[in-house]
Amino acid sequence: MSGKKNKKEGKKKSKVRPKKVKEKKPKGSVKEAPPTVEEIIEEVATPGRIASEIVNKVIPDMPKLVKEGVEQALTKMMIEEGYTREELEEKVREAEHLLQRLIKEVELIHGEIPEAIYEELLRKLSAEVVKTGVTEEEIAEIVDIAVKTYQESLVHPGEPVGTVAAQSIGEPGTQMTLRTFHYAGVREMSVVLGLPRLIELVDARKNPETPLMILELEEEYKYDLEKARKTARAIEYTTLGDVVSRVQITKEGIIIHFDPDILEDKGLSVEDIIAVLKKSRASSSRVEPLEGDEYAIKVKVRTQDLTRIYKMRDRLMRIKLKGIRGIKKAIIREEIEEETGRKKYVIVTEGTNLKEVIKVPGVDPRKVYTNSVYEVETVLGIEAARETLRREILNTLREQGLDVDVRHIMLLVDAMTKTGVVRQIGRHGIVGEKPSVLARATFEVTVKNLVNAAATGETDYLRGVSENVIVGQIVRVGTAIVRLQMKPTELGRKVSSGGGK
Amino acid sequence: MSYYILPNEKEIAAIKMGILSPDMIRKMSVTAIVTAEVYTSEATPVEGGLMDPRLGVIEPGQTCKTCGGTIRTCPGHFGRVELAMPVIHVSFVPHIYDYLRATCRTCGRLKIPEEEIDRFIRLGQKLKKYWPQLAKSMYDYVKKKAMNQDICPHCGARQYKIRLEKPYTFIEEGPAGELPPTVVRDRLARIPNRDVMAMGYDPEVARPEWMVLTVLPVPPINVRPTVVLESGLRAEDDLTHKLADVIRANERLKDAIQSGSPEAIIHDLWRLLQYHVATYFDNELPGAPPAKRKSGMPLRTLAQRLKGKEGRFRGNLSGKRVDFSARTVISPDPNISINEVGVPVEIAMTLTVPERVTPWNIDEMRKYVLNGPKRYPGANYVIDTMGRRIDLRYTTDLRKIAEALKPGYIVERHLIDGDIVLFNRQPSLHRMSIMAHKVRVLPGRTFRLHLAVCPPYNADFDGDEMNLHVPQTVEARAEARILMLVQEHILSPRYGAPIIGGIQDYISGAYLLTSKATTLTKDQVSDLLATIGYIGDIPEPAVLSPKKEWTGKQIVSLLLPEDFNMRKEARVSSGNLKCETPECWWDSYVVIKKGKLLLGVLDKNTLGAEEAKTIIHFLTREYGSDMGREFMDKAFRMFLRFIEMRGFTMALSDIAVPEEAFKEIEEVFEKMEDRVRELIKLYEEGKLEPVPGRTYEESLEIRILEELSNARDEAGRRVLRYLDPFNNVFIMATTGARGSTLNITQMSVSLGQQSIRGKRIHRGYRDRTLPHFKPGDIGPEARGFVKSSFYKGLSPIETFFHAAGGREGLVDTAVRTSQSGYMQRRLINSLQDYIVMQDGTVRSLYGELIQFKYGEDGVDPKNSIFGEPISVDRIIEKHLGWKR
Repeated sequence: MSGKKNKKEGKKKSKVRPKKVKEKKPKGSVKEAPPTVEEIIEEVATPGRIASEIVNKVIPDMPKLVKEGVEQALTKMMIEEGYTREELEEKVREAEHLLQRLIKEVELIHGEIPEAIYEELLRKLSAEVVKTGVTEEEIAEIVDIAVKTYQESLVHPGEPVGTVAAQSIGEPGTQMTLRTFHYAGVREMSVVLGLPRLIELVDARKNPETPLMILELEEEYKYDLEKARKTARAIEYTTLGDVVSRVQITKEGIIIHFDPDILEDKGLSVEDIIAVLKKSRASSSRVEPLEGDEYAIKVKVRTQDLTRIYKMRDRLMRIKLKGIRGIKKAIIREEIEEETGRKKYVIVTEGTNLKEVIKVPGVDPRKVYTNSVYEVETVLGIEAARETLRREILNTLREQGLDVDVRHIMLLVDAMTKTGVVRQIGRHGIVGEKPSVLARATFEVTVKNLVNAAATGETDYLRGVSENVIVGQIVRVGTAIVRLQMKPTELGRKVSSGGGK
Repeated sequence: MSYYILPNEKEIAAIKMGILSPDMIRKMSVTAIVTAEVYTSEATPVEGGLMDPRLGVIEPGQTCKTCGGTIRTCPGHFGRVELAMPVIHVSFVPHIYDYLRATCRTCGRLKIPEEEIDRFIRLGQKLKKYWPQLAKSMYDYVKKKAMNQDICPHCGARQYKIRLEKPYTFIEEGPAGELPPTVVRDRLARIPNRDVMAMGYDPEVARPEWMVLTVLPVPPINVRPTVVLESGLRAEDDLTHKLADVIRANERLKDAIQSGSPEAIIHDLWRLLQYHVATYFDNELPGAPPAKRKSGMPLRTLAQRLKGKEGRFRGNLSGKRVDFSARTVISPDPNISINEVGVPVEIAMTLTVPERVTPWNIDEMRKYVLNGPKRYPGANYVIDTMGRRIDLRYTTDLRKIAEALKPGYIVERHLIDGDIVLFNRQPSLHRMSIMAHKVRVLPGRTFRLHLAVCPPYNADFDGDEMNLHVPQTVEARAEARILMLVQEHILSPRYGAPIIGGIQDYISGAYLLTSKATTLTKDQVSDLLATIGYIGDIPEPAVLSPKKEWTGKQIVSLLLPEDFNMRKEARVSSGNLKCETPECWWDSYVVIKKGKLLLGVLDKNTLGAEEAKTIIHFLTREYGSDMGREFMDKAFRMFLRFIEMRGFTMALSDIAVPEEAFKEIEEVFEKMEDRVRELIKLYEEGKLEPVPGRTYEESLEIRILEELSNARDEAGRRVLRYLDPFNNVFIMATTGARGSTLNITQMSVSLGQQSIRGKRIHRGYRDRTLPHFKPGDIGPEARGFVKSSFYKGLSPIETFFHAAGGREGLVDTAVRTSQSGYMQRRLINSLQDYIVMQDGTVRSLYGELIQFKYGEDGVDPKNSIFGEPISVDRIIEKHLGWKR
């Protein structure tokens, strides 16, 4: 455990101030005085720094990747196998020409494999050269194999990637739970997961069954519970009905009693409410505080008609006091920040309204999460929607413990978003927009598709899979993407004059 | 039947849709049908009736009066009914409605100024070519615009609103009132071609007035064959019945018109004719009663024949019935290869492969013919160079035919070992649901299947049946062998890992064989090596004295290639037996150097199916599918042989816990009950701290559930210590062969909370689940907590709750299959046209571009290691691992 940490630490330090290290003696020279914490850290960090020194001394002009690799190898050898500095220097010196050879070999394939793999290969092979001892032949072989393996991993032309993607996403559906509600992560609220969620996503529904947002807060808000709570209050949609404890209908009018606890929780005062109600059309100017009870107000009514009074009461209850439409609940959640290890607060909301929420002061608009693809599409555009879809589908599958390669999901998502709007998987989306009548008729609404095609005189050019299956011809997929340029008919005509069979 | 593509075989370039014009209907008709009578009293079809012999042949042996063809060659011929009055074709009602509203009632022009019509036509044609979806919107816009005009821009006539009364009555809210089909037809006929085009229709093949029928085509009789029942009674097809109704109504209408009947009667008869023609096309019209058979069953008319899962499109065109197929129960056979399928002799003698006779195989073919259809391996048919098919079942002298055999003949011989067949298990959810196998003809009546291919098929042997198909052309066989063979599907395209691999006993067997505790005598080694047909030297024994003995690791090493290096933590490496480096006493870190298994036990992590980075994964990737297959064939056979030698079972004693353990369980549960009681008390006093975002009641439930599951886990932890961690059940759980520690806990400690919809069981009586509890009791037992284990046995109440929980699982599965099935159908239909092109882009077969590079990196997930194109670590390990 400590080995790994040392290595990292050592490297970091050595880069910051590589020169100063020199006067530090390697192990052995223990002082009588108890070492300070700093000294201990220096002491433990030594192998990494020594490695860096050796590298800079022996092979200072080699590429950065090679140096990194060698450094890692040296550090490891020092910690795990107890090599001394001198031994290591010798090792590196011995390996120098092999490293040169390695650089040359790997350079040959630069560009033939992705950059990331090229770098990894160079770094890790450099480490091996020093650590394990590799022959020239082995270097050549490994480099060859790397290229070959990479090339063999590429898709073949003709591969029916669409069908494979559909199967790869559809097949695990049978293994998914149908249990709609599950506590996702924290138990604040239940979220639709599993098969119903997946169906919801591929349906491109506008309103997810359990809309949800997770809002990160801005620097000055996120460590402060009070500020976080204030932001949450500003977001939560609150109606008059939410804060009322009792409603009485009397001759003077409707008397509304408030629940002081809830009022406090929502950060509202009776004066605030009266102010809001005065502005509202439903109550207009007939609102006044109730004498003798600070937590009650009276709304006068002119009519004696009880049904109308009830209706009015209901309308009053629905008046918005504050918050953002669509956000039913906003809950503060405590989290540990990954980078700093500090306790921070995020707001989890039930209901979504991306457009409004990102305007709220305190909310970090760059770090707003919503599970509503439609909102992301309308607010942030199609590329963001594509990414949201991809992530949501992947997470839905992962959460169920099902492994599906991202490439399948990407293809699905690209197909759904390629026209610039999110299209559903089904007759109102991708299938419904296919250029072939027969393909559409095969899927759903058979008769209507045929009739419309007849009326508009549509032509089916039999290019898709469904059409060719119907007419019994070869589908131009897989081994059939190649076509024979020789025309047997023509040939037959020419040959038959010469005799044929 | 032709097996090869003939030089003059045609390819269909396109299919153009349109509406039959009255002229066309008359032209293609061979006769007018004038009488609803079908058969005369002598049971011969009536001329001019619905079964007129000129319409085609349905009985074998007849010749067609029109074309002279037989039942095999005559395609059937259309007839027609001349309608006394025109009627509306129901399917086109929405289009007629659009036409009527968008065009002028007097001059028949589209109610849009002349210049704009021009523009729309041109724009429409361009859009249609590149953005058909936009063209549709444009035409909708045009129609809408025209419909909103009150005055015709061409003739200035006033327009009235037209209402559609479902299913087929048009009413003008003006002087005309109800528009009879005659009027509708006249109006449609007045629309000029150009205006039709501006609305997005094609007047060449679909003139609007053709949507009102004056002549009705009568389909050939092979479309609606008569069924002769066993009793000798004839039963006519639904379509014939419906057509008879139409003709009867038509004749009555004709008579009424001729005899000058009152307007009202004619009108009624006309409406009747309209109803019959409408239901002839579609018998599920909203607003019209469906026409019924005498039995009360609604008739299956034209639209119903096309629609739905069993309709023409999905039932007959997209999915077809095939010959050369077989179906039977499957059973396991660990001794065949994963590439093979055991085929019963009986099936092998029924299914045939057409084989062309050549000078090189003529002797063999003669042998098959000589054996005939009744002796295996024989042949069922011989086809001579003239294409004549000789049925060997009815041949008296097989020898004569065998001698007559010469190159160019085709012999349809029985299936023999090594033939390629396709094997399939429904539901076919992914491409591994149909794979090619090599035939192994075996005695018995079931298909035999290697156990390692159960995961891709999702098969077990509790009565599963599978289908087998025999490809009939060389092309098909070649593609099947190269692309579909089982070994080519060891790696799953869903994720970069093998889907075929060790399961159940293979894993426990591998573990036991490679365990440090296992040593083998020379006899045992010979036995194991003989089962895999090993030829070669036996390695030096690991133990020389007092007796020469070998380790299991030595034996397994014989199956690995000599340059194979690998290291990986074993699955058993957990808890006390955790090994993170090779230097580890517990032998749960696997190290293979130069093809020798030096350290570690093999288990699910190194052999399992659906597991990445296993031996099987690396062998298949690095040495090819042949190596992967061979390793599995041999290793798995050996593991089973070993487990047979050693013996492996599971007994009650494996899960039995001693008396004192029960006391511990009691103790844990008592504490838990105390805590739950306390929670309930707190709840009732209103002092329970709520969970954020939850109601008070929900908070209590969540708290109680936490207590309950903690209690079960705690009891499990404490009690399982009494069991031998190396007993059979634990071996299965820790190696990943079958079951989990949770299952063991349920067997020997406690079943735990039963749930319905993720909640404790709460429904039943008012305020209680069962009458055995007091109302309002929300304690653990009253809400479905099962304290007992399977070992101890469940009380009646617990049994009930367990059953309730189990039922939910069953219902869940039933509901889920239909939902996910439909989702998958939609996914497939949406994505099936997307393929990778030669330039690495993903395009649809219609030419739409989907991705510039497949998956953004062009890597096939199947050939990846869990999504990564290559693993540098693995390459280094493979080549240098032996040095480390």
